[in-house]
Amino acid sequence: MIQFQYVKPSKPKAAIDTVAKDQSAVFIAGGTNLVDLMKRGVMNPEKLVDINKLPLRKIERENGNVRIGALALNGAVAEDKLVLEKHPLLAQALNAGASAQLRNMATVGGNMMQRVRCPYFYDTAMPCNKREPGTGCGALEGYNRMHAIFGHSDKCIAVNPSDMNVALVALDAVVLVSGPKGDRKIPFAEFHRLPGDTPQIHTNLQQGELIMAVDVPENPYTKNVNYLKIRDRNSYAFALVSVAAALDLDGSTIKSARLAMGGVAHKPWRLNEAEQFLAGKPATEATFRQAAQLAMRGAKAFEHNKFKLTLGPNTIVQALKNASGVA
Amino acid sequence: MSSDKFPEKNLPEEENGPQHSDARRTFLKQSSLLTALALAPSAAIKAAELKFEEKVAAVFEQVKVTLGINGKKHKLSIEPRATLLDLLREQMHLTGTKKGCDYGQCGACTVHVDGQRVLSCLTLAAMVDGKEVTTIEGLANGDKLHPMQEAFIKHDGFQCGYCTPGQIMSAVACVREGHADSDDEIREFMSGNICRCGAYPNIVNAIKEVKNGGQRV
Repeated sequence: MIQFQYVKPSKPKAAIDTVAKDQSAVFIAGGTNLVDLMKRGVMNPEKLVDINKLPLRKIERENGNVRIGALALNGAVAEDKLVLEKHPLLAQALNAGASAQLRNMATVGGNMMQRVRCPYFYDTAMPCNKREPGTGCGALEGYNRMHAIFGHSDKCIAVNPSDMNVALVALDAVVLVSGPKGDRKIPFAEFHRLPGDTPQIHTNLQQGELIMAVDVPENPYTKNVNYLKIRDRNSYAFALVSVAAALDLDGSTIKSARLAMGGVAHKPWRLNEAEQFLAGKPATEATFRQAAQLAMRGAKAFEHNKFKLTLGPNTIVQALKNASGVA
Repeated sequence: MSSDKFPEKNLPEEENGPQHSDARRTFLKQSSLLTALALAPSAAIKAAELKFEEKVAAVFEQVKVTLGINGKKHKLSIEPRATLLDLLREQMHLTGTKKGCDYGQCGACTVHVDGQRVLSCLTLAAMVDGKEVTTIEGLANGDKLHPMQEAFIKHDGFQCGYCTPGQIMSAVACVREGHADSDDEIREFMSGNICRCGAYPNIVNAIKEVKNGGQRV
């Protein structure tokens, strides 16, 4: 780890100004990803701006939303009464991530900002366009079992590792951001990026912009929801494939659905077409299977992750069955 | 990051702190001090190359923190890079907390910060300013072991013992959090603590006994 300066401002403006005017400065909240990456020399910030003094921990109802402060801890959000009542899908996704210790450290804002877990990104001896633009993608022709099947480019095929993000994109969350040029709101689906030709740009945040909170609009998805995460071991592992499924049911008819996948793309992957297909249909396995086929259109696998082309749709069907209670 | 890059600088040992006469540990400390001296000039040169006075200063910067460790208040001056794990082991000589992977994957370094279990290897010590840290050394009540320590011994919840301090700190939190209501729940909420000897069934039994015993943990 290179040496760095450490500052802990108590006002958001001071934190934002510090990072806005210094390209080598970054915010730190829980540090569970950043400290790891700094130890390995993958990220080498020269200044850490610790934002833990900022008043951003509240979880409250605000204007038809559940507003979750950027510094609310993953573990606290997963057990929060309001979240459990209004957005149980989010609580399920959070509890599927990491371990109890890490959830006690990691914040909601930090979870959104976590970097890919691609081994070529982590290993500074390997080529990686994300870590060092222009060096090539080691995973493309390398070991790519954990990698993307949607939205990848020939520059990067890594996936977003977050579980929380999958639930938040399904639930139409909105990210509240404050920056040197003022405040703005970013729809969750537009917060993360596809790699394209610039995989080194991780999100659509500008230098110095700070996540203040995330708004999750109140919706009918309070009961028939399921976050299903398939991984190499039962707990404490990143997803091979995960699915966030939320249904609004009228008897056995689907009024509307929300569906997203994790472990398949560089951003949490919303399945709009499958959602539209499900609306108005009966909640049956046959319907779910058709929706899953629609969802998988355009998927393209690599040498070691072809299994995701089968695991993906199967996970969608199972998550929808779990959510609806259809056996 | 290796701890040998920042040996204790200007850090008086706590008057009543643990005294170690262990020759091996002393040798390690002395040899790591030599390593640090060898490294220091290049760090200074690198900083000088950056040309900004501010950044030269940053190289030698120490952060002052006040934190409680096992009920005792400490005022310390630390390097910003020091993790809580290295602070505990290398500066405070509390070597009960173990360094397993050092990357947040194994749970051996689990401690409590303000009562919550966290990984000390991914916690920068500077960020714990003003907080209360409990390590495995702070769990027993004098000579009387904590009920979870007793239960781990009774149920043989370990073989080599390296993961055990982390397992026990995590297990205590697991019961306090109310996540020890079934075998499955215990396994899920203890999944952040890896045991390569595979003592898992016995660990689950130890936790169940403490939970069902209803003692204050």
